[in-house]
Amino acid sequence: MEMLAIDLSLGLEKLLLIGGIISFSLLVAMYTTYGERKIAAWMQDRRGPNRAGPFGLLQPAADGLKLFFKEEIIPLTSNRMLFVLGPALAMITAMLTSAVIPWGPTIEVFGRQVSLQIADVNIGILYVFGVVSMGVYGIMIGGWASNNKFSLMAAVRGASQIISYELAMGLSLIALLMLTGTLSLKSIVEQQMTGGWNIIYQPLGFLIFLICVFAECNRTPFDLPEAENELNFGYHQEYSSMKLGLYLFAEYVNMFISSAVVATLFFGGYDIPFVDEAALAANIGVNAVAALGFAALFSKILFFLFLFIWVRWTIPRFRYDQLMDLGWKKLIPLALANMLITAVVVLWLNK
Amino acid sequence: MATLTNRAKVLEQKPMSFIERLYLPAILKGMGITLKHMFQKKATIHYPEEKRPFSPVFRGLHVLNRDEEGRENCTACGLCAVACPAEAITMEAAERLPNEEHLYREEKYAAKYEINMLRCIFCGLCEEACPKDAIYLSETFAPSNFTRKGFIYSKEELLIPNPVTSKESFEAAKGQREQQLKNK
Repeated sequence: MEMLAIDLSLGLEKLLLIGGIISFSLLVAMYTTYGERKIAAWMQDRRGPNRAGPFGLLQPAADGLKLFFKEEIIPLTSNRMLFVLGPALAMITAMLTSAVIPWGPTIEVFGRQVSLQIADVNIGILYVFGVVSMGVYGIMIGGWASNNKFSLMAAVRGASQIISYELAMGLSLIALLMLTGTLSLKSIVEQQMTGGWNIIYQPLGFLIFLICVFAECNRTPFDLPEAENELNFGYHQEYSSMKLGLYLFAEYVNMFISSAVVATLFFGGYDIPFVDEAALAANIGVNAVAALGFAALFSKILFFLFLFIWVRWTIPRFRYDQLMDLGWKKLIPLALANMLITAVVVLWLNK
Repeated sequence: MATLTNRAKVLEQKPMSFIERLYLPAILKGMGITLKHMFQKKATIHYPEEKRPFSPVFRGLHVLNRDEEGRENCTACGLCAVACPAEAITMEAAERLPNEEHLYREEKYAAKYEINMLRCIFCGLCEEACPKDAIYLSETFAPSNFTRKGFIYSKEELLIPNPVTSKESFEAAKGQREQQLKNK
């Protein structure tokens, strides 16, 4: 009976955490669309949305409502089940990664130790890779089920792009794993809190990883699956109403989660820079430090979201052959070299 | 080959150097440019709240003037219609009756006065031709309309509000330029 009570509260705690993180990521994704439009406008010497609410803050809500009220069209010749499955899968895979990210240090609620990580899987990074590779199914199924040539071409492009860049992404992370010696994201963060951020030891690995993250999120300069001038609208051309909204929204959720992964792997996660958390916790309490840690993580995430947007409004899109050239002939050899050098250094230091 | 002008430049197409082939310096430079633009002054103004002032010589919609007692200036002499290069103005004259002295300044007045805003080219020649200071071009422009007929402005639409009964709208219709002239 005692066991059951603990399990119930554990279940409740996890359920609350899952609900909180999902609604938080959706909210952040919503306001990333606003931020994107605002920053794009500023970079082009415009003002951006400023009519709905103060500073246009209600704009994302208006956009969402508009999408909900639109007529929903399912093409007659499409594969109905797959057509509905596509956007759902895109959204689910975008959200799944958030399960293994440590959003903050352990907090204390009513005398219980509550971890701010939904699941501390000891193969966290592998899980991230698995889920990210599944993201291609959302695009592929959507493009295939639309029964439209442009959609299919875009889906094929997206699939080949994501698979190509996943290789370099994995290789760049292997070098990182040699240093940390663990696959659990929580222990990676804890190592960085004492030993300094991984960006110091792996600058090249970080650069390769960042480029691959841009490619995985289908963001400019790698947004070939949505190249408007070549493919009309890309893989979501036949979609309308909230199904289209889910695809567009999944992109922003993806951006948010990817930023969180980059911040966790290379920028110390919830580590507050230049501050000894243990000493601070003795002074102001565990929960306050956890809040500060989450704020640190969130500001790192916000920086990367800004970087995503910044790059998008600076760099034009790659040509398809340039994309493949960069992925296979530049990034993979670079990542391999980085891996070898790291391995040699690690062996040399251990001797 | 001999060049036609001394401004001709020979285009050099060298293969890219290693730094150029890395692309990263160029990308960082570009990102610097976009970041700089983020903080530059915006050319756009917040339109409905904020409006650009008209130039002092702007010629807008016509106004038929009244004197200080609210009497119409126009005597229907027809000089504006003669001066008009677009033939946009038509009018019909009438004689003032004994009990109408408070309405019209002189013995003759315009019973009907119409300007076709689709024909008008807003050149301001009618304003120059008028010997009675009865017509002038204001600081507004003709609003859009659904029919062609709606653009033929009648005398009632052109007349300035009465300065005796509604002073504020009279001042507003006079516009800011009049105000500035008075202050000088």
